Amino acid sequence: MRVAFVFGWQMSRKIEGTMSSPVISGATAHPSPASSPAPAAEVIGVAKSFGAVQALRAVDLTLYPGETHALLGENGAGKSTLVKILAGIHLPDEGEIRISGQAVTLRSPLEARAHGIAVIHQHPTLFPDLDVAENIFMGRQPRGRFGQIDWSAMRAEVDRLLAPLGVGFDSSTPVQGLAIADQQLVEIAKALSLDARILIMDEPTASLSAREVERLFAIVRRLRDHGVAILFVSHRLEEVFALADRITIFRDGARVITAPASDLTLEATIQHMVGRQLQTLFPKEPAEIGDVVLRVEQLTRAGVFHDVSFELRRGEILGLFGLIGAGRTEVARVLFGVDRADSGTIHLDGKQVSLTSPAVALQLGIGYVPEDRHRQGLLLPFPIASNVTLPILPRLSRLGIVNRPKERDLAAEFARRLQVKAAGVEQAVAALSGGNQQKVVLAKWLAANPRVLILDEPTRGIDIGTKAEVHHLISRLAVQGLAILLISSELPEILGMADRVLVMHEGRITGIFDRDEADQERIMYAATGQARIPA
Amino acid sequence: MTTLQPSAQSRSARLAAVAGSGQFLRLLARIREAGLLIALAAIVVIVTVQAPRFLQISNLRQILLSVSILAIVAVGQTLVVLTRNVDLSVASSVGLVAYVVRDLLRDHPDIGIPAAIAAGLLIGALLGAINGALVTIGGVPAIVATLGTLYVYRGVVFAIGGGELITASEVPQGFRDIALSRPWGIPTPIIVAAAVALVFAYLLRSTRFGRELYAVGSSPEAARLVGLSVGRRVFTAFVLCGLLCGLAGVLWGARFGSIDARAATGIELQVIAAVVLGGVNIFGGSGTVLGAVLGAILLGTIQNALIILRLNQFWLQAISGAAILLAVTADALITRRVRRSLVVRLRR
Ligand SMILES: Nc1ncnc2c1ncn2[C@@H]1O[C@H](COP(=O)(O)OP(=O)(O)OP(=O)(O)O)[C@@H](O)[C@H]1O
Ligand SMILES: [Mg+2]
Repeated sequence: MRVAFVFGWQMSRKIEGTMSSPVISGATAHPSPASSPAPAAEVIGVAKSFGAVQALRAVDLTLYPGETHALLGENGAGKSTLVKILAGIHLPDEGEIRISGQAVTLRSPLEARAHGIAVIHQHPTLFPDLDVAENIFMGRQPRGRFGQIDWSAMRAEVDRLLAPLGVGFDSSTPVQGLAIADQQLVEIAKALSLDARILIMDEPTASLSAREVERLFAIVRRLRDHGVAILFVSHRLEEVFALADRITIFRDGARVITAPASDLTLEATIQHMVGRQLQTLFPKEPAEIGDVVLRVEQLTRAGVFHDVSFELRRGEILGLFGLIGAGRTEVARVLFGVDRADSGTIHLDGKQVSLTSPAVALQLGIGYVPEDRHRQGLLLPFPIASNVTLPILPRLSRLGIVNRPKERDLAAEFARRLQVKAAGVEQAVAALSGGNQQKVVLAKWLAANPRVLILDEPTRGIDIGTKAEVHHLISRLAVQGLAILLISSELPEILGMADRVLVMHEGRITGIFDRDEADQERIMYAATGQARIPA
Repeated sequence: MTTLQPSAQSRSARLAAVAGSGQFLRLLARIREAGLLIALAAIVVIVTVQAPRFLQISNLRQILLSVSILAIVAVGQTLVVLTRNVDLSVASSVGLVAYVVRDLLRDHPDIGIPAAIAAGLLIGALLGAINGALVTIGGVPAIVATLGTLYVYRGVVFAIGGGELITASEVPQGFRDIALSRPWGIPTPIIVAAAVALVFAYLLRSTRFGRELYAVGSSPEAARLVGLSVGRRVFTAFVLCGLLCGLAGVLWGARFGSIDARAATGIELQVIAAVVLGGVNIFGGSGTVLGAVLGAILLGTIQNALIILRLNQFWLQAISGAAILLAVTADALITRRVRRSLVVRLRR
């Protein structure tokens, strides 16, 4: 089978050499911007600051009808800020926005929409109590003769929108309880339903599986061919090169370059993003693999996952790969005491344990960085320092009183190691960029100093420079003797980091591979459950 | 290496299983209402066995009559609670309107009954608008703002009326007939309450405005992103709640023999009890008019049953409280179970 994104991260490879040919032709067959008609949207000298933080410094960006334009940059570079300005959420301090040549002021999301702009934000923001159809059509539901909502027309329309996305839910599914990827798909369907002339997507694929990404891209290409102008933000550079006609790169709130994708190499792109040469992307160091720390036997949670068994050793990084919905996060939740298993046993250092709550798990030395960090991992209004030290407050306190200087120092140390871009550790987490929020969650669990660390998609939404740093950190933790369960949907990450790879498909383990026998093809076969590999 | 047999379940089978989930959840939303009906039936059976006259038409009429005013206010409260707010001032608003309308008709009987009713509705809406403005423009949390107006509105009634009692004979009989007449043998307040419930149930279910109230309560942030003005929806909810309080106030003023400045004191707690019992989420975003009305009926029925069984009224509060706790706890447990099985079906 074909794997969605074929080229890896190795710096030496050239984009041209590894790109799948249809994509190339799709990109190059497109009219170059110079010969294009009038721009759909122009951003001219836009600046925006939040208090002391200068998020955007006089940036320019031109978006043509019928182009897919990627916006790249490190965490905190100002990408989401520009997206929010175009979405009518923030007003620029300086500069001008033009839509089809007309200068406009986008004072509200409604005004942006009236100008034909549809936006998919970095974090799904939906109505949990309402169903999918209502979420997509809220405020503009189709109405019947007496002004009453035409429910059947609305549902039919939503099901029509959802069909090409190949989703596992329908128009009447309540949004509460949908996985984060499904919520993202609802947002995508919502944006598509607007029939916009300008479609803006802020990391739309961050939580999607390869299959869903392919479907989304097929739709996006079709929209582009119908003359829609598309701006998208992504940290997955392989996707960017597969989809983008042109690329704009931001660094520290300023535009570094705008160029046709075909003129940029992966190295050049990264260099523009980080402003320096990146050394290695996979600093996995060999670690001494010791005794079994965690042994899981026949773990089953009815209807969710079945007969999951594996061992995890000191110093080992065990990769857990699978497509979205394979049940990986569900296993992790049981191992962290959030959910209960229906049967099966968990042994820690040879002793059977009963993980009845996260507090118990934490006490036994199990740490868990959840997948949906935005909602599950953070106290958004609180400063970075309090977030980082939350699980270890008892250790930082005497007689119930927290040692604040110590807390600050510790938080600052981890913030530095993870390159959290913030005014200081006293800054509220809510004011950080999406990627930097993720780093804070990571810092929080690293600070807890666990023996077994479960990382669920630890580098999702994290920029490429920090990604290497996170990998380096994980690898160092393993060398120090930590047992690490690394859940990831990114094959290169799994292949690069894991000593052994566990593959799940539809709630069952469908393959276990040692590092030297793990390759893309075998893993994808096991993950899709399509066929068995001859041993 | 090991390669295990992949599970046989196909994606299409999974999709088929999920397809019914919407209906399933809508069914779930009805669980509370069904539970209330069952509880109601149980009470009726138990009390009837003890005292058969409980089931006489005249007694049932009495129950509904005593519930009707409460139910109207509960509908108004539902609108507000759906948006993540609460209106503690409803009892004072009802009392204020009841007293003022009577006062008006006593001092100026020639303005006519329709004008007096209109004045009552207008005053109610105005009181609601003040609450709404405090919350949306003033940025005061609803619980604080309406606690304040609870006292202020009541204070206004005392300022107008002092300790003065207005007896039935001081107002035109035509006004009193609003509450006492019985077209088709049904007391007018019951008909009014039923009409209010129907209108607002339709509004909430089938109009954009209604759905937007749910949206605003479910996630104000998401509401803003789709271009809804949260403040405007909340303000409107308060105004409508005030309007319904005005309507309830007119009925109150018409129904009771003599009225003083303390009219309707304390009913805000019964109203909120009915709303919560009826399954309206106190944190906004979910709940129905039918639920709130059933909640009010259940409370009224318990009250009536205590009278019929000659039990101490003291029990009323304890039983109402227990009923709320039972309903909310059972709801939480059931919802969690069902949701888990639902999530399982969604994921597989
Ligand atoms: N509401 C806010 N208040 C204060 N500072 C903010 C706010 N929103 C963003 N910032 C700051 O502006 C800068 C740019 O943030 P932005 O969200 O645009 O980054 P980004 O490029 O989208 O990053 P990421 O890849 O992590 O999502 C960051 O330093 C961030 O801390
Ligand atoms: Mg961002």
